[in-house]
Amino acid sequence: MSRHIPLVLLAALSLALAASACGDDDPAKGDVSGDITVFAAASLSGAYEEIAALYERQHDGASVELNFAASSELAVQITEGADVDVFASADEPNMEKVVDEVEGEPSVFATNTLTILTEPGNPKSIEGVTDLAERELIVVSCGPDVPIGAYTRQVFEDAGVEVELDSEEADVTAVANKVVLGEADAGIVYATDAVAAGDAASSIAIPADLNVVAEYPIAALDGNGAPFRDLVLGDEGQAILAEYGFTSPTSSS
Amino acid sequence: MSAQPAVRAGPGSRRRVRDRPPPVAVAMAVVAVAFFTLPFAGVLWRLPWSDAWSILSDPEVLTALRLSVMCSTVAAIASLVFGLPLAWLLATIDFPGRRVVRALCALSMVLPPVVGGVALLFALGRRGLLGGPLDDIFGITLPYTTTAVIIAQTFVAMPFLVLTVEGALRQHDHRDAEAARTLGASRWYAFSRVTLPAIRPAVVAGMVLAWARALGEFGATITFAGNSSGRTRTLPMKAYLSLQSDPPEALVISLVLIAVSFVVLIALRERWLGNGLGSAV
Repeated sequence: MSRHIPLVLLAALSLALAASACGDDDPAKGDVSGDITVFAAASLSGAYEEIAALYERQHDGASVELNFAASSELAVQITEGADVDVFASADEPNMEKVVDEVEGEPSVFATNTLTILTEPGNPKSIEGVTDLAERELIVVSCGPDVPIGAYTRQVFEDAGVEVELDSEEADVTAVANKVVLGEADAGIVYATDAVAAGDAASSIAIPADLNVVAEYPIAALDGNGAPFRDLVLGDEGQAILAEYGFTSPTSSS
Repeated sequence: MSAQPAVRAGPGSRRRVRDRPPPVAVAMAVVAVAFFTLPFAGVLWRLPWSDAWSILSDPEVLTALRLSVMCSTVAAIASLVFGLPLAWLLATIDFPGRRVVRALCALSMVLPPVVGGVALLFALGRRGLLGGPLDDIFGITLPYTTTAVIIAQTFVAMPFLVLTVEGALRQHDHRDAEAARTLGASRWYAFSRVTLPAIRPAVVAGMVLAWARALGEFGATITFAGNSSGRTRTLPMKAYLSLQSDPPEALVISLVLIAVSFVVLIALRERWLGNGLGSAV
């Protein structure tokens, strides 16, 4: 075995991997026979996988390419020209960023509230938002552009507490994972994430006067996306979302 | 691939014929060069040149830059301190399982960095194999600290030094050091006065490669060390965040990282390496 070739290959390969780990897979072009690409907020992953499966059953032979990430990251990808048919954001500001690309008005299809996620059994006895200001605790969230990061900052502000975040994770799924893995004492996540975490974490309710109602808008970016959007807004889509803990916008107000 | 029979030299043959390069090869090579150049052209094309200086002097960007330079320098030094002895052992001592050890030590080069970060979390996190006892007994928590950034960077960067130095040591003629030993030099004296000066270009190249790899580290760092301004937010992470809030800032930071990497590669090629790895880089 020559000594140089493997080294060079290793170097090249690792650089390629280092670069690729930061990017996202290119969504498949969805222009034919009902194949579509859906960009959705990370918190929607469970519900949207199920809705996509329903869509595929209803549209024979069609496939749905799903891309879940922070809404802020998805919005950048869309404004930079990603070929997307449907965008579902976890907040209004990130939908606003892509307004030029959207066909028709975005509609709110679900609402969500926030909750404090802790390790199972709440070993640090966190009782509410004000407790999170304690320096000893490891508290993680997201950056201010990510919807959950913006909502979390709003809750802290309304409660009048200053919380030093130990890390700003990429999206809400990463926040929940850090708590589930025991690498963070607490994180503020959506109520639906606490449902998804199940026994792997405990959740401490945030009282309504401090909580925010996160409104999720959906928009079709072209004609191909309209049927999927309508499915989400319709009874079948709403039933699936309810299963995952989302509230229907009509019943919440 | 070649169209001209004249250049179809058999394996082992040293015959070279000066001839016009085959057009197909040239065309493919041009595509390859364009493939590598185009993304950088994209960055330059979109770069907000007039704002570049004010973006670079933004306190948040400067903080990330300082942290990046500091951490990757410490990571390169740590790679040298632990990697040089390892490279020497791998190159000179024939111990059982050497191939396995060598593969293990190079694993983090080919591993997706995020996987490396997850592995570090399970080893050194609060509930980790070693991190658990560290936290319980000594109260040392690694994740979300600058130390964690350095650990993540060293984890991905050290193999570059180990493999570069090991390659040089294997090619190195050890008879000089042996002669020094027979003349009464201690093992360390012979190594530091005879062997080390001879392989110095490889050591420097390995350190620079390790430093550059550490500087660009993203996946393992954000997974293991998290992302917090001034403590763990390095330049690549700042670029990633900026892309969502302030794309021009992301472009300027990207340009800095591209420029540094480019300078490193050119310097390696020109100054420290005449052949071997040098011709590869």
